[in-house]
Amino acid sequence: MWEHFHHEADIGIRGRGATLESAFEQGAVGLTAVITNPDSVKPGQQIRIRCSAPDLELLFADWLNALIFEMSSRRMLFSRFQVEIQGNELIAVAWGEPVDRARHQPAVEVKGATYTALSVGPVDGGRSWQAQAVVDV
Amino acid sequence: MISVKPVRRSETEWEIPPSGNMQVPVIIYATERLINDMDRKVFEQATNVAALPGIVKASYAMPDAHWGYGFPIGGVAAFDADRGGVVSAGGVGFDISCGVRTLITGIDRQALEPLKERLADELFHTIPAGLGRTGDIRLNTKEMKAMLAGGAQWAVAQGYGRHEDLQRIESEGCMEDAVPSAVSDRAKLRQRDEMGTLGSGNHYLEVQEVQELFDQEVGETFGIAPGDVLVSIHCGSRGLGHQIGTEFLKKMVLSAGQHGIRLPDRELACAPIDSNIGQAYLGAMRAGINCALANRQILTHLARRAFSRVFPEADLRLLYDVSHNTCKVEEHLVEGKPRRLYVHRKGATRAFGPGHRDLPEDLKATGQPVLIGGSMGTSSYILTGTRESEERSFGSACHGAGRAMSRNAAKRQWQGRQVIDALAKRGILIRSPSLRGVAEEAPGAYKEVSEVVDAADHAGLSRKVARLGPVVCIKG
Repeated sequence: MWEHFHHEADIGIRGRGATLESAFEQGAVGLTAVITNPDSVKPGQQIRIRCSAPDLELLFADWLNALIFEMSSRRMLFSRFQVEIQGNELIAVAWGEPVDRARHQPAVEVKGATYTALSVGPVDGGRSWQAQAVVDV
Repeated sequence: MISVKPVRRSETEWEIPPSGNMQVPVIIYATERLINDMDRKVFEQATNVAALPGIVKASYAMPDAHWGYGFPIGGVAAFDADRGGVVSAGGVGFDISCGVRTLITGIDRQALEPLKERLADELFHTIPAGLGRTGDIRLNTKEMKAMLAGGAQWAVAQGYGRHEDLQRIESEGCMEDAVPSAVSDRAKLRQRDEMGTLGSGNHYLEVQEVQELFDQEVGETFGIAPGDVLVSIHCGSRGLGHQIGTEFLKKMVLSAGQHGIRLPDRELACAPIDSNIGQAYLGAMRAGINCALANRQILTHLARRAFSRVFPEADLRLLYDVSHNTCKVEEHLVEGKPRRLYVHRKGATRAFGPGHRDLPEDLKATGQPVLIGGSMGTSSYILTGTRESEERSFGSACHGAGRAMSRNAAKRQWQGRQVIDALAKRGILIRSPSLRGVAEEAPGAYKEVSEVVDAADHAGLSRKVARLGPVVCIKG
């Protein structure tokens, strides 16, 4: 599951899942939801993403920033994600389609993921994982 | 960090005296109501900034300060390279040199009224706005380099706008010492087809009417009178600036330890001005400023084209172009001595007063125009810089109202169509590719800017010249 949380100027995104990887995947869905309804994005084309960072928090910000870069440079939106994390390394596949301005009605473009309210860790007594950050729009 | 309540120093000046790691005090300019409404995070963030190495005089917050990233939005801080001062990617922000420029059209409201629908359609058709909309300009590697080095001067040389526009842009339209090679290939790739695009979110092109003139004399020098139609453009350095901000934020976080900098908040990521990374950032950030200046210059050219199709007699002259998110090297008097400082303005406007050597001759008597943007249904303001602001805030003033409500809350409260219809009843035309975008940017989601402007005026940071009301707004 994903949700948005309050930031005065911008918007916070939070992903939760049974594993660290699924929290990252859900966070990515939350990122797309800042722009458009993720259900409106057809997962037709796939791209690969790889990033690394010295800790999980920076890795989550890097993951979001990698998606922001791909959205911006390819003019695409993504709705399905598969993440693998090994140590400090993330390898992922994202599925999506080119932006269709009439159908997606993109509300806003995301400039970057910030380190504000950035956290990654287990919640619910270790039963699930949560990853969150504020993104600048 | 302990949360401290600011102490009142005057009607519009508040101080958090130095304690703990703070090198200097925090000074906030605000009315009592604005300070009571201010998010406590602003005090915490401004306090954190006051603890950064080499900070000079004070960590300032403008009347519109709100919770930002590391630095508050509406934060001003100056650093001295000779005293271990730092430069901070977070202190500039992701949208490097996001700013506003205002053009005088020579048309008045009466002439506009019967043709405003046509003008709105023409502008919407001509100005690429919103996510997924590309510009018509493609730059090859050599041209990209020239644009990043030359800014608006480059744009004018390519035929976008007029030579006299440059006099009315900070640094005459070109940030010196930009280093295009310090900008990554990824940042350049993001910019590939974004030249001359407006972007989205709170960015806009607005046709406005001068509804109130507070200072006749300055109004005359600026060339504005009640009923005049103006055009304001609010946007920044697009994907290129965002990518520079993203990359250097990470680099600065990772290198902070090496430079002996302890960060209470990662978002405060910074590097000594004299370090390799600090210098690389300054070079890239200046190239980002040039990108924003070139972008606003191209948009000006497009706005002129759209106007000429509806009003062949219109002559769009640039009043001024201000940048909100920058770090600039400026000379300021500190304890009576001139010092070369790296002034960060994050969501704050440079507001140089009368006589300042960086102003063009025809503005030396009035001070620099300070352009304060509104949001669709709300007023915008034109202010002028003051000499006092040079003593009080390194020549800086507020930049806008800031949000009162989150995007999600706004989306829940309003439908885009409903916002457009309600504004149409007030005679304001909105053109946007995204109804959801309009709902999230609804005027009611923003704070009232008048109180912020009054506070800035009262605190002596700038003086009110005119209030503008929106007539047509092109939203991304």
